[in-house]
Amino acid sequence: MSDRQPVVELREVVKRYGNFTAVQPIDLSVEAGAFVTLLGPSGCGKTTTLRMVAGLAAPTAGDILIKGARVNDVPIHKRNLGIVFQNYALFPHKSVFDNVAFGLKYRKVANPEIAKRVQRALDLVQLPQMAERLPNQLSGGQQQRIALARAIVVEPDVLLLDEPLSALDANLREEMRVELKKIQHQLGIATIFVTHDQSEALAMSDKIIVMNQGRIEQQGSPEEVYTRPRSEFVARFLGNSNLLDGRVLGRADGLLRLAVGGLGDILAEPDGVLEAGDGASLRLVVRAEKLRLAASPTPEADVTNLAGRIETVDYQGQSARYFVTVGAHSLQVINPIDQRPHAEGAEVSVQVRARDIVLLQPE
Amino acid sequence: MSALARAITGWSLIRAFTVLVYLFMFLPVAVVVLLAFNANQFGSFPMEGFSVRWFAALWNNDAIVRAFKTSVLLGGLTAVLSTTIGVLASLALVRYDFRGKGLITTAMIAPILVPEVVLAVALLLFLRWLEMPKSFLLLLLGHVIFTLPFVVLIVQARLVAVRREFEEAALSLGANGFQTFREVTLPLIMPAVFAGMIFAFTISFDDITGTLFWKPGGVETVPTQIFAMLRHSISPEINALGAVMVVVTVAVPLLGAAIARRMATTLK
Ligand SMILES: Nc1ncnc2c1ncn2[C@@H]1O[C@H](COP(=O)(O)OP(=O)(O)OP(=O)(O)O)[C@@H](O)[C@H]1O
Ligand SMILES: [Mg+2]
Repeated sequence: MSDRQPVVELREVVKRYGNFTAVQPIDLSVEAGAFVTLLGPSGCGKTTTLRMVAGLAAPTAGDILIKGARVNDVPIHKRNLGIVFQNYALFPHKSVFDNVAFGLKYRKVANPEIAKRVQRALDLVQLPQMAERLPNQLSGGQQQRIALARAIVVEPDVLLLDEPLSALDANLREEMRVELKKIQHQLGIATIFVTHDQSEALAMSDKIIVMNQGRIEQQGSPEEVYTRPRSEFVARFLGNSNLLDGRVLGRADGLLRLAVGGLGDILAEPDGVLEAGDGASLRLVVRAEKLRLAASPTPEADVTNLAGRIETVDYQGQSARYFVTVGAHSLQVINPIDQRPHAEGAEVSVQVRARDIVLLQPE
Repeated sequence: MSALARAITGWSLIRAFTVLVYLFMFLPVAVVVLLAFNANQFGSFPMEGFSVRWFAALWNNDAIVRAFKTSVLLGGLTAVLSTTIGVLASLALVRYDFRGKGLITTAMIAPILVPEVVLAVALLLFLRWLEMPKSFLLLLLGHVIFTLPFVVLIVQARLVAVRREFEEAALSLGANGFQTFREVTLPLIMPAVFAGMIFAFTISFDDITGTLFWKPGGVETVPTQIFAMLRHSISPEINALGAVMVVVTVAVPLLGAAIARRMATTLK
């Protein structure tokens, strides 16, 4: 994969509106067949980035390449893209068939071939019987599928999806998420997916690009981004994290000992990248599900035991979320429920393994 | 409270007053239409017999037939030109940003706000300044300027409601700008385009103020023809012509509205 040319590449791309910079210089690439997600809070520049790839917005600076060719000056209708819009944007005056056939008409495909390919696309999205209907005779989920069929039938170089699931209700969303990923994988189309929903991003992506205020905070595989956040923003945005300030006391057996004010000493695995001499201040990120609640301390050498008291219990079915007072801190803990959740007010041992602590340079 | 006082509430008064206003407005029209079928030469009530002889007389009156043809031609051309220019202008104003947009919008809407006489004189003076004679073309130009704001306002309102994504979707699928307009934008704004066209035709068809100023000698439209005939006498023929005018100016918009509604239901 590494020596292959990326399908989409952004080099130092900037977008300014007046003197407001919506997208700072960003670099990103989408490999062949990859599902890449732009993830970030509202207003961080996801849509703007996607629209620049689409040719619906012109970058202020930088280069956009599709299949190695610079496309800054190529108008949208010559870019060979498939776009699925948040509100589907199916042509209301055209039948499902004509909607799906639309892109093929402009690719000079012969009529019998159009009919065949439209049918194949409708089969793929599991709506083979709907060709004659008008879009307003379809449910939201069906419209979504037709919009997807319309985008993929032209065999685009890139599939661009701007929050395509956000207009669906929760159950349908879950179902479409699986469906979409399956179809994308089956066709092997390089895809850029925009969302502000972290669980969507984690479930679907080959690569997640976390954006914040027009900048890329971090990119990597879902697992990498989730377990190894490289900034406080990423740690907070993905999952439930506890953030603590610590000072390096020293090293023992390859582990760092850190003093956390109001909490006690904590063992952490040193991060290869970080410079962490004695006395250095570091930020500790501890995922809520990496903290374990137990009745009594464990003797394992790489585990820190802290004494805590459960303040609140939030029952969530398979797991429970606790707020546990440890020293001067309140820690969030999510644990699977064994038989029954720990009781409110119980004295517990809060345990964390050294390798589960992420160390960051304080901002 | 007595029963009478209870019956005369504010609302019933308003209702009665409204009915009176409408009677005041439409009774004369009804009288004209009725008298058009009067057999008697001197139109007065009570009517003495029913006849369509005045309509027949209209048909045989060359001047009137010519005026009618002129009006239809003028109205038709005005509708086509106004609609074409209006749609293009609306597209530019709604879909693109450019300098002087506000100014152009104002200039295009102004003919509605300026009294028609002022507009008529202004155009005439402009023509004098260019040292050009009055012509049918000037008349047409005047009508286009005068009807353009209606088309622009109607089409713009519709265009604003057509989401940009439809066009973006078409473009992303490989249609160029013109193909996108033809395949997506135009069908979606068609009801408004059609309504604008009907408006332009009707306004042109029964315009008299501007037409009196702009028409070259010897050319008459239906309204100016009626006006000219009125100067001699009130003949029953005028009643018949009036009746035809009423039918055209009421029937065309009604028909248009019905068709536009049909189109809109297939779209929504
Ligand atoms: N046409 C425009 N003119 C001026 N500012 C704009 C324009 N389009 C977007 N912006 C600004 O650029 C920033 C990024 O917008 P963008 O739509 O890319 O955000 P987003 O990440 O997609 O957010 P959301 O999740 O809410 O869709 C926002 O602050 C927005 O206000
Ligand atoms: Mg967005």
